[in-house]
Amino acid sequence: MTPLLDITELAVRFGHVRALDGVSLQLAGGPSGLALVGESGSGKTTVGRAAIRLLKITSGQIRFEGTPVTALRGRALKEFRAAAQIVFQDPDNSLDPRLRVGASIREALLAHQVVPRRLAGQRAGELLAEVGLDGGFTSRYPHQLSGGQRQRVAIARALSVQPRLLVLDEPTSALDVNAQARILGLLGRLRAGRSLSYLLITHNLAIVPELCERTAVMYLGRVVESGPIGALLERPAHPYTQALRSAVPEIDAAGRRARITLSAEPPDATRLPAGCAFHPRCPFAAPRCTTETPLLRTVLPGTVLPGTVGTGRLVACHRAEEVLGNGPGAGAG
Amino acid sequence: MRLQVSELTVRFGTRQVAHIGDFSLGEAEIVGLAGESGSGKSMTTLAILGLAHTVGATVTGSIRLDGTELTSMSQRELRDVRGRRIAAIFQSPAMAFSPVFKVGSVVLRALRLHGMTRAEAAEAAARALRQVLLPTGLLDRYPAQLSGGQLQRVAIAIAIALRAEILLADEPTSALDVTVQAEVLDVLRDLRDRQGMSVLFISHDLAVVAELCDRVAIMHDGRIVEQGPATQVLSAPRHSYTAGLLAAVPSIRDSAHR
Amino acid sequence: MIEAPAPLPPAATGLRGQARWRGLAGNRLMAAGGLMAALIVIVALLAPLIAPLPGDADTATHPFLVLHPPSARHWFGTDQVGRDVFSRVLYGARVSPLIAAAVLVFACAIGIPLGICAGYFGGWLDEVIMRVTDIFLAFPPLLLALAFAAVLPASLTSLTIAIGITWWPWYTRLIRGQAASVAGRAYIESCRALGIPRRRIILRHILPNSITPLIVQVSLDVGGVILTASALSFLGLGAQDPTPDWGLMVSEGESYFTTAWWVVTFPGIAILLTAFAFNLLGDGLRDLLDPRRDLLR
Repeated sequence: MTPLLDITELAVRFGHVRALDGVSLQLAGGPSGLALVGESGSGKTTVGRAAIRLLKITSGQIRFEGTPVTALRGRALKEFRAAAQIVFQDPDNSLDPRLRVGASIREALLAHQVVPRRLAGQRAGELLAEVGLDGGFTSRYPHQLSGGQRQRVAIARALSVQPRLLVLDEPTSALDVNAQARILGLLGRLRAGRSLSYLLITHNLAIVPELCERTAVMYLGRVVESGPIGALLERPAHPYTQALRSAVPEIDAAGRRARITLSAEPPDATRLPAGCAFHPRCPFAAPRCTTETPLLRTVLPGTVLPGTVGTGRLVACHRAEEVLGNGPGAGAG
Repeated sequence: MRLQVSELTVRFGTRQVAHIGDFSLGEAEIVGLAGESGSGKSMTTLAILGLAHTVGATVTGSIRLDGTELTSMSQRELRDVRGRRIAAIFQSPAMAFSPVFKVGSVVLRALRLHGMTRAEAAEAAARALRQVLLPTGLLDRYPAQLSGGQLQRVAIAIAIALRAEILLADEPTSALDVTVQAEVLDVLRDLRDRQGMSVLFISHDLAVVAELCDRVAIMHDGRIVEQGPATQVLSAPRHSYTAGLLAAVPSIRDSAHR
Repeated sequence: MIEAPAPLPPAATGLRGQARWRGLAGNRLMAAGGLMAALIVIVALLAPLIAPLPGDADTATHPFLVLHPPSARHWFGTDQVGRDVFSRVLYGARVSPLIAAAVLVFACAIGIPLGICAGYFGGWLDEVIMRVTDIFLAFPPLLLALAFAAVLPASLTSLTIAIGITWWPWYTRLIRGQAASVAGRAYIESCRALGIPRRRIILRHILPNSITPLIVQVSLDVGGVILTASALSFLGLGAQDPTPDWGLMVSEGESYFTTAWWVVTFPGIAILLTAFAFNLLGDGLRDLLDPRRDLLR
């Protein structure tokens, strides 16, 4: 089964900085979700933007429904743009402050001629209703809405062109707890109702399970581990995932893990260490890690169900088996 | 109680934005002030620092620091209190450090402003940096060369060097990566344990508050709706708003069921 | 569960057009500025009917009425060749503001497109445009205007072109900064992600969001242009005597200032009032164009 989005050995360079250094991922057709998790400098935002052709890539292949994306032009490019959309992090700046909400949505509808001009207003109202806002919002300006409401308008605008893939770039980071919960609920309903595929970019591990089945953990431009979210969080196979997991605060004391403190600070992205990029901070670092860059390999096979991209665990670590064995979830009684 | 707040009201003209009936901060404890944006927690912070007037707000009520009433102090007297007795760190550490000065000069200036000699300041700064696990060489760098987490720790170091009794931390880790946040939280816990400092931790992130704070006060619409020991309030809330807030916080543990 | 919008504060409700008018009337300063500007336009149009001695605005001279102080017959006194200053000031309303308008339109017509292109496209286009702009900015404006005016035959048209050439670089620079800032915002990226054509992005999103500081600047520049024009006219490049250009009148009367203050003062006040009127108008326009203005109350 062809994945909806197939990224192979993607590399992106900004000047001297290697933002992405050989990233490979797959996203299945909807409803499905893949989360890109990482901290600043991990490159997750770059993957999201590259996937929908918002920036130029240095090398690698991005295929959408089997077709290479970078070569698209004209009409084919326009159709791709409608099929693959994005919702940004910053609700304050994602809408033109000079346009009323209705006009912003109509603009998207008309750019792709989704409906004839005379029906655009009506369709805009329907889309707003779908994201939980009533028709009165059509005549409002963005600054008259709360952050959560603006985010919903941004979602409605992205949905107006009937995408199959939706990149969600930190969709709730700028929102309060309650607004976040509502937006996550909305995104979950939309995923099911419209059979969407989500590429969720986030630093907050806690919101991943609600929208995604699989997650890929990124560090300094590489995928260090990927797999089904539940198993990955229970038994991480990469030391960085372990440390990340242990650092996430939990309300319930029972859910907390022993803190794994990482030594040193994340290195400069322009001067990556030799071998494994994580080795200077890694509690499992061995001599081999300083010279040989680990490649992403299958450490737990899992099953390949039709229509999905499999449930296996991939990890880029020389000592993954020991990490799996040593992890808090392993060997526990 | 080191800090005692009673009947504190913050107003913009006739509009009341915060009212704290009774709130206190004791020695060697971390108290969380949690709430969403617009709950009044930031205005309360400004009021305690005696800076509410800078945004055009008026303050009535009582804020006592070790028995001394802060609301009746002149700005001159408050300047002595601010930084030295009540230190503050904010969400964006970069705001505290002017990009054209080396970090060291900002630290030393802060210390000397509160009466230390150059030698005393250098000594205190070095000691404080060690306590927050930063190399003293960092003082020679410019703010742009330091990460957010490092800058935040330097800001905390200033509070340590001044031997502040209270640290007001307004969303200090919201803009930081989760692993860096964990380190800063470690430093705050160390302040409480080793220095006996009182920390007022303001945040919208209930999970962080749960992990860090001994006691917590939940704010909504300018008022404290519930306060008490953190473990109690956050596991068995008595107010519906608190319960609603807790229900809205996503938890990793849910993933175990997938 | 569908959310209803929170009720808006009363000032912002009502139909688009109605809200605008209410805003206009409510903004008293802008109303005052608009009124004064309208007055200047009316004076300009009706000058031939209002002026007591229209001939004085033209070639008439009265050697026996030289430098008479203000009186019942000559409200603003007479100038160095006996002309009625009042009539000349009235007719000046046809000249000076028109020059200012022409210069500013010219400067905007060149400056805005260049600034938008430089700011939005960036890269080598930005470099080229800004370096050309820098070259023009490197010359003292008056000197540059002089150079151009000296080459062209002395007339109001060449005056307009000469000043316009020195004025556009400032607008390019101003717009470029704004455009670059706007181009980096999320809603522009969102437009690109939606495949909205570049032309529409520039005209409907970049331009309206970049233009506000320029509007304020243009209104402030009205007075500046009039003064620059007067300097050039004084040097003989541009408006020639007997054209009743306010700036020219100030220049011509400058040497008589200590003995016959009225020759300079009244045209000077006219410049002051015109600049002031457009300042107020500009401020009001900026507020009017800002959708957030209901928050400013």
